[in-house]
Amino acid sequence: MSNRIRALALGLVSATAMAVPAFAVDLEITCRCVIGGVNSATAQWIEESVIPGFTAANPGINVTLNQFGGEDAQLTQQLALDFSTGAGPDISGFDGFLIPSFAEGGLLKSLDELIGEDYANWEGWDHISPGIRSILSYGGETYGVGLGTDVRMVFVRKDLFDKAGIDTATWNPTSWADLIDAAKKLKEAGVEAPLQLNAGVAMGEATTMQGYWMALLGTGEGVTNDDGKFIVGSQAILDTLNLYKTIYVDDGLGDQRAQLLADGRNRTFANFRDGKTAMLVEGDWFYRSVTAPGAEFEVKDRDNVMTWKKMPAQEPGKGIRGQDAVSISGGTGYVINPNTDSPKEAWQFLSFMMSQEQMTAFQGFSPGIRSRDDVAIPDNAFLTETSQALLPITTARPNNAHYNAVSQEIQRMTEAVVSGELSPEDAMAQYRSAVIAIVGEENTVSTL
Amino acid sequence: MTTDVSASPPKSKGKNFALLSNRTGAAFFVPAGLLVSVFVIIPFFWVIFVSFTNRTLLGKTALSPEFVGLANYLTLFDPASFFQRGQFGFSLILTTQFVLCSALLGQALIGLILAWLIQTVPPAVKRMVETFVIGAWILPEVVIGFAWFAFLDYDNGTLNMILTNLGLPKGDFLLQQPFWVIVIFNTWRGAAFSMMLFNSAFASIPPSYFQAADVAGASSFQKFRDIGLPLIKGHIVTDLILITMWTFNVFTPFLLTNGGLSYKTELVSIYNYRVAFQDFQFGKGAAVGVIMMLINLAFALIYLSIGKKKTPKT
Repeated sequence: MSNRIRALALGLVSATAMAVPAFAVDLEITCRCVIGGVNSATAQWIEESVIPGFTAANPGINVTLNQFGGEDAQLTQQLALDFSTGAGPDISGFDGFLIPSFAEGGLLKSLDELIGEDYANWEGWDHISPGIRSILSYGGETYGVGLGTDVRMVFVRKDLFDKAGIDTATWNPTSWADLIDAAKKLKEAGVEAPLQLNAGVAMGEATTMQGYWMALLGTGEGVTNDDGKFIVGSQAILDTLNLYKTIYVDDGLGDQRAQLLADGRNRTFANFRDGKTAMLVEGDWFYRSVTAPGAEFEVKDRDNVMTWKKMPAQEPGKGIRGQDAVSISGGTGYVINPNTDSPKEAWQFLSFMMSQEQMTAFQGFSPGIRSRDDVAIPDNAFLTETSQALLPITTARPNNAHYNAVSQEIQRMTEAVVSGELSPEDAMAQYRSAVIAIVGEENTVSTL
Repeated sequence: MTTDVSASPPKSKGKNFALLSNRTGAAFFVPAGLLVSVFVIIPFFWVIFVSFTNRTLLGKTALSPEFVGLANYLTLFDPASFFQRGQFGFSLILTTQFVLCSALLGQALIGLILAWLIQTVPPAVKRMVETFVIGAWILPEVVIGFAWFAFLDYDNGTLNMILTNLGLPKGDFLLQQPFWVIVIFNTWRGAAFSMMLFNSAFASIPPSYFQAADVAGASSFQKFRDIGLPLIKGHIVTDLILITMWTFNVFTPFLLTNGGLSYKTELVSIYNYRVAFQDFQFGKGAAVGVIMMLINLAFALIYLSIGKKKTPKT
């Protein structure tokens, strides 16, 4: 090697060694959001508002958004494996119910441990209620910053109800039987799959939240009992599974294929958009994002063709806490990779993203119930109505490290029934042995 | 070589021909040895070790796994739930059916018939058939996974388009008959290997045997039964064992059905994947892996013993 080349090589090596720390810190952020696809508004917000704003104020930090287009469960799988091996994005979108299992598994560090003072002194905490903060907390520690919360309900197509001779203005279902009756009338009037209640493995947590929980809560029971033990055998589970059976197997009131295929959730959206489904149990996300003007599943003239109803209990007063109607809430937010090389910068970005300014900007992309009390809920009749009617009666999932695994078994149990493979009794037996294998028999209870 | 080097005592024959000293040889061996131990040997023992713990990726047992002895194995073979849908026994039986239908009946039989039929056709036809069949075999898994998915799709699938044009009703194959879909898929995918193996086996039979049979007026089936089959018996056994092992471990059906619907196509390899990487139960998943390895070992031993028996004779 000639001297000149040697000198050049040495110079290059030292230049890069000097340049990297002096120049830029690279941050990566991942969310299940794709511009023009799922959660398009979130991706646009980050790409068009948060990142430009942040890099303008912090020229030394580069931020890249990875748009993850797969399913929720696939992102969870990837994050779990990434976080356990020291890989993965610096910041990631995250569903609150996963916090306990990740925290217990050492796959997340609390913000206190990871950031310390900067985290504790953040101005945002004065504007985020303890209830919302708890969505991304476990064991008294905070693991991320929540973006907002949601509620669940039955979305209704007015135009299809009119066709079946039911006036949605006066129709207020008070029991499962009311839903089924309406669905039958709609079916007679030519609506293909009038009632859709999520089930199956492909939809992941959406099955458990929008489907199983919404039915189960109407029987007065939860997934766990008051002592935190998982209920693996009860009349309530059987009633819930029988409701599924009625809808999908016995009476053919719902689109069974949409619950079984990999892209099933999008099919349920498309069915609602195309007037094949008249009642869809979904979260307010369905209104805010999925059917919004310009979105893939936009419902044309939706103020006139679309409305919502509370999810009734099995029978009036039979719901959880003796309620007539039920709902369940979750919440998503963002967490920091426990193995990130630059925790300070990651927090800098995350706190900027969750600042009043940026969260207000987000309302412009997709209005919603936000975690900060200094971010106004936009003048939006739907959001005001639903939050006032449903937040008082809503429920939260158990903050339990085993919940995630049990939830997957719930999805498998519903799939077995909806596909007609198993009877509700057999499906419950399958669920029972699977849950016992996960949490141990002493943490389960059977009331049958 | 023993004739003219009688002068030097044959203390260690290998050393005489060694190009390098022991030390240099060892130095050359180290990199490969390190790679093999890091990526094969250590994980191998690690999996066996993990299978005796209750290690998971999420939850409490991720950070502080406990030694649970044979508990994972006992759960897998728990008679109360062994045959239940989604349990180990269920997928073991399913895999056995899958191997019987797709490997033994499908691949081997079709391979044999194809190999026999192309013995007599003109070389051009023979080459064309071979190209098509081998094409199915050498394409990357993901590509054919998507191709089959697109082929069988209910709404826009090629197959249903053909059926509709023929005036036949559409079929929802992936949902209604997932097991038969993966059986046919695996047959299509793997028949090439059997065909090639039998093809070369048939080609090794001296043509004079068949000419003699022709003179005696034997039909094609008689030639096949009385000359072809007996002479390639050894190849058939080899083929059966190899494709059984491959089919037992195959994972590609996952691309078509995700192991569903409702466990209907959850072969042991897919079961193993689900337990370890979807449910994140590493301990139990490792136990499944160890059992699969033992089953494979049994196949391999049978294969090797047959190979050994064959060699001294020939």
